[in-house]
Amino acid sequence: MEKSDKKIRTPLFHIAKREAMPWYFGVIVRAVAVVAALIVAGVLVAVLTGKNPIQVYATMFDGVFGHSDRIWNMGQKVAILLGISLAVTPAFKMKFWNCGAEGQVIIGGLATICVMVFLGGKIPTPLLLVIMLVASVLAGVIWAVIPAVFKALFNTNETLFTLMMNYVAIHLVAYFLKLVAKDGSGVLSPLPQYGLPVIADKAFLLNILIVAAVTVAIYIYLKSSKQGYEISVVGESENTAKYIGINVKKVIIRTLVVSGAICGLMGLLIVGGTDHTINTAVVGGRGFTAIMVSWLAKFNPLVMVLTSFLIVFLEVGSDQLNTMFGISSSIADILTGIILFFIIGCEFFLRYKIVPNKNRKENA
Amino acid sequence: MAQQIALECRNITKTFGKVYANKNCNLDVRKGEILAILGENGSGKTTLMNMVAGIYFPDEGQIFVDGKEVVIKSPKDAFRYKIGMIHQHFKLVDVFSATENITLGINEGKYKLSEVKRKVVEITQRYGFVIDPDKHIYDMAVSEKQTVEILKVLYRGADILILDEPTAVLTPQETEKLFNVLRRMREDGKSIVIITHKMHEVLSISDRVAILRKGEHVATVNTSETNEAELTELMMGKKVDLNIQRSEPKNCVDRLTVKNVTSVDENGRKVLDNVSFTAKSGEILGIAGIAGSGQRELLESIAGLHHLASGEIVYLDPKTGEEENLRDKTPIQIRDLGVRLSFVPEDRLGMGLVGNMDIIDNMMLRSYQKGKSAFLQRKEPKDLAEHIIKELEVSTPGATTPVRQLSGGNVQKVLVGREIASAPSVLMAAYPVRGLDVNASYTIYNLLNQQKENGVAVIFVGEDLDVLIELCDRILVINSGKVTGLVDGRTAKKDDIGFMMTMSTENDSEEA
Amino acid sequence: MSPIVSFIVSAIGLGMTLLYGSTGETLTEKSGHLNLGIPGVMCVGAACGCFAESVYFAAVGIKGTIPVLAVLIPMLATILGGALCGLIFSFLTVTLRANQNVTGLALTTFGVGVSEYIIAQADVVGPFVRGNKYFKASLPFADDLGWFGEIFLSHGILIYLSIAVALAVTFFLNRTRVGLNLRAVGENPATADAAGINVSLYRYLATCIGCGIAGLGGLTFIMDYLNGTWEYMIDDLGWLAVALVIFTVWKPNLGIIGSFIFGALYVASSFFAKYGISLSDQELFKMLPYLVTIIVLIITSARSRKKNQPPAALGLPYFREER
Repeated sequence: MEKSDKKIRTPLFHIAKREAMPWYFGVIVRAVAVVAALIVAGVLVAVLTGKNPIQVYATMFDGVFGHSDRIWNMGQKVAILLGISLAVTPAFKMKFWNCGAEGQVIIGGLATICVMVFLGGKIPTPLLLVIMLVASVLAGVIWAVIPAVFKALFNTNETLFTLMMNYVAIHLVAYFLKLVAKDGSGVLSPLPQYGLPVIADKAFLLNILIVAAVTVAIYIYLKSSKQGYEISVVGESENTAKYIGINVKKVIIRTLVVSGAICGLMGLLIVGGTDHTINTAVVGGRGFTAIMVSWLAKFNPLVMVLTSFLIVFLEVGSDQLNTMFGISSSIADILTGIILFFIIGCEFFLRYKIVPNKNRKENA
Repeated sequence: MAQQIALECRNITKTFGKVYANKNCNLDVRKGEILAILGENGSGKTTLMNMVAGIYFPDEGQIFVDGKEVVIKSPKDAFRYKIGMIHQHFKLVDVFSATENITLGINEGKYKLSEVKRKVVEITQRYGFVIDPDKHIYDMAVSEKQTVEILKVLYRGADILILDEPTAVLTPQETEKLFNVLRRMREDGKSIVIITHKMHEVLSISDRVAILRKGEHVATVNTSETNEAELTELMMGKKVDLNIQRSEPKNCVDRLTVKNVTSVDENGRKVLDNVSFTAKSGEILGIAGIAGSGQRELLESIAGLHHLASGEIVYLDPKTGEEENLRDKTPIQIRDLGVRLSFVPEDRLGMGLVGNMDIIDNMMLRSYQKGKSAFLQRKEPKDLAEHIIKELEVSTPGATTPVRQLSGGNVQKVLVGREIASAPSVLMAAYPVRGLDVNASYTIYNLLNQQKENGVAVIFVGEDLDVLIELCDRILVINSGKVTGLVDGRTAKKDDIGFMMTMSTENDSEEA
Repeated sequence: MSPIVSFIVSAIGLGMTLLYGSTGETLTEKSGHLNLGIPGVMCVGAACGCFAESVYFAAVGIKGTIPVLAVLIPMLATILGGALCGLIFSFLTVTLRANQNVTGLALTTFGVGVSEYIIAQADVVGPFVRGNKYFKASLPFADDLGWFGEIFLSHGILIYLSIAVALAVTFFLNRTRVGLNLRAVGENPATADAAGINVSLYRYLATCIGCGIAGLGGLTFIMDYLNGTWEYMIDDLGWLAVALVIFTVWKPNLGIIGSFIFGALYVASSFFAKYGISLSDQELFKMLPYLVTIIVLIITSARSRKKNQPPAALGLPYFREER
């Protein structure tokens, strides 16, 4: 027995699930991952460009915080990304892979611009604003509910359904632009006179305040409302949901109404609040980035403030690198990708531990 | 020839944690025989055979094939020694044809399905199987899938076949067909081990019977020299005294009446067949039966989670005396009728609780809908959580610890604690002490007894007959979805219950 | 060239770009991996190819260029770049057991960024547009055969290769033992594992090879369809390729027809422009591939038929539980 046992090689280690860990363990592991990613990214940038990594980060920091305009700009970007991340969060918590935020936001923006173009100047401004709000939210809801209904009815794959809905929305925007821009250029000049009101002379303040309110609202909705609780139960275990009598189909559709409504609202903020016009790249992939912002924050709206800031910091900072050193601004996506990989990868060490194998036979 | 030993297990011991699954087990299988392994649930039959098939590795002991000691560390090793096992849960790829499934994972030179098919047809003809090798698994009935599993093993050239509860999913006619095939294999010199707890099958198919009890090998007897009574006694053993405090039932009134309930699964098999019984307040009604005899479906039907083909489930309201039919009502509708029904399901973390939520949020599962407010009220669940932690001595860092991180016994205390907190009039518990240590088990028995004394109608599904006999006032025995007996817990004999659990039902004898 | 012939030719050109993507993704999905990083992979693949071409041209000059090498070197670089992306994906999802959707999306972000950076570097090294000449080299007598020659014989090597790859993958999946094993891994990894198949290895390899193939799609788009000029829209095509996998119900041979249809739908707008369809209506035409995919998705899920369904374990992690 002993002899034949030795012939079979046992691996050096095996992987085991972790027992309960204190809450700060997760924070430490994630922090280590972010720092490691920043070091790797810094070294990478240094190697690629020949610049000192500290100088690189200093430049990025300056690009984000160097001037009050920059801070406002950053705040606006964080607000929109955070808003979209909040929108996808209820769906993800329910394990509904809504990859359609891109389309849901842009369709909200399209509804806004349609109201601005076709009703602007014809009705009193307060009424116009109300119609813009209703139209954008409704558009976002419709775009999110269609895949949800089919998910509930036939269990249709929502990841791919929502992805396709993005492109339908984008081409609807292109259609609209060709329609209103009679010269065929597809460019619509901004209509700031019909935009959302500017408060305290700060162009971005309203957006930031609205998103701040949404953040708190979603935090409370998920943590303290009965509907939020049902979302968690359905996401964790459909069997348990049925056991306590939750109507799973209803929860899926209702949650996507919430998701779509916030996306539509973000469309309103982008188009009505800052751009006052629309183009097909107005969301610019933030619908996807939002998924990762939400996921990295483990669906906690307050942590999402941090994670969306991290992503925006990289993006804005890279723009500054581009202006200062001529480093391709694509570096933002690369850095974002590296940080994402590190944080995605570190989850493993939160859930599992690597245990060296002892030869149990010898103990027996 | 018949005396030659094909497989021998010597002093096999296997533990899971502190629990012995097998203890010094000895077993031998001869060439050209059918050996039945008989034992109750949890007697270690499957574990022992899994070690022969390379699923588990024994802690101690030796395995011999054809007189030579072997080390079997994986199913691949087992195949090298020509041992193949047909598990209860089939491992088949649904979208593949029978032929594709059979050849999967074998590397035998050039890949030619037509060649594989030819060999498969050859095997089917030799042993009298009926199967279309091009049929896809998803189009197959359970018996056909089982045939594919057997063919997989034969195709790999196995001489020792182990079948784990092969008849559990078959109709009597299909069972008879399978047995004919097995007999032909025996004639062909193959050794067959069949794990079962159906007595009449043991008697009709096997040459010898090995009996396991509580992980130990009790005896091996020649089938021709034994009878049902002897086998039952060997399987059940002597009564063990557990000292569970049982009070006399008081104020018994009918609370829940189940009338002629029938349910059919997706394969058309009757999982519940004309089941009728009454649960009374102030008593514990035990349900005994082999695992998978319809216990889960029965409880889920009452809880509003399982659709019935026919029958009625009538609840008698203790306050108003009104009758409510619960059949095909959702859990919410049942609750809205004012029926206080609590259910401790078998699958604790997959159904009764949410593993990733903390104890407080798990308390809320039952109560969160209370009140008109759109927001959750965490005060009461928190108090309840703390109360349960204190009263039931749940060992946990705190009420905000995710239940997944608790041990099995503590998880069950949380679940049972929540279910009795709503002051139920009917409490159903499925295998509430499974996997629990002795102390935790007694906590649960005491809780159930308290509920009984409070006038609750308790329905207890259990597997340990000693416990059923000492805990329950009446015991309902079910077998293949049918009621085969109702006995008084105070006078019942273990052997009698064991017999009712395993005897052939009327239906079987009619059709066989 | 008549409008219809040129329409068909450009539909083939764009369609076969998609075909690489969908063939690669089909191979990956058959192993149970839903790789939403394909758009990024196609970008990286294209950029690596272009960069390698620039380097080659800069090294040998115009006179020293050997046509075969001018095609092979970028192709190898593309496959390598794509496979590296697949390696990142597999490492995270198999070894570190990360969520496939999130990893895929992160890979797309990363891939788009990396490709832009590589292209910027390629421009520093030198132009790669000349490579188009070698990639588009067609049979000398193609032009003499009228419409037949134009439709069937006038394409560059990558177009024919895409069809060959799709057929080869179809053959591999349906007619080889390894293909059977791979499908088992995607359908029921536990069963495959029990049958002695190394699930992790199969997933790693299928993903890396699939990504290598998908990368060629990006290269085709740049070097063939766009005649050697870079454009930042490969990722849009990537999503279309993912959609095509569903549209063709996980069959690369059907993908040949499917990708032609998608290509035709995609270029239909510019074709109809010649017949007086307004600019705005052209945009509505461009929705067609996506709408068609949605309809296919709904139909395949509504019919609960067992055939033509996605691999049963698609998107699900697998690891053997501790015994």
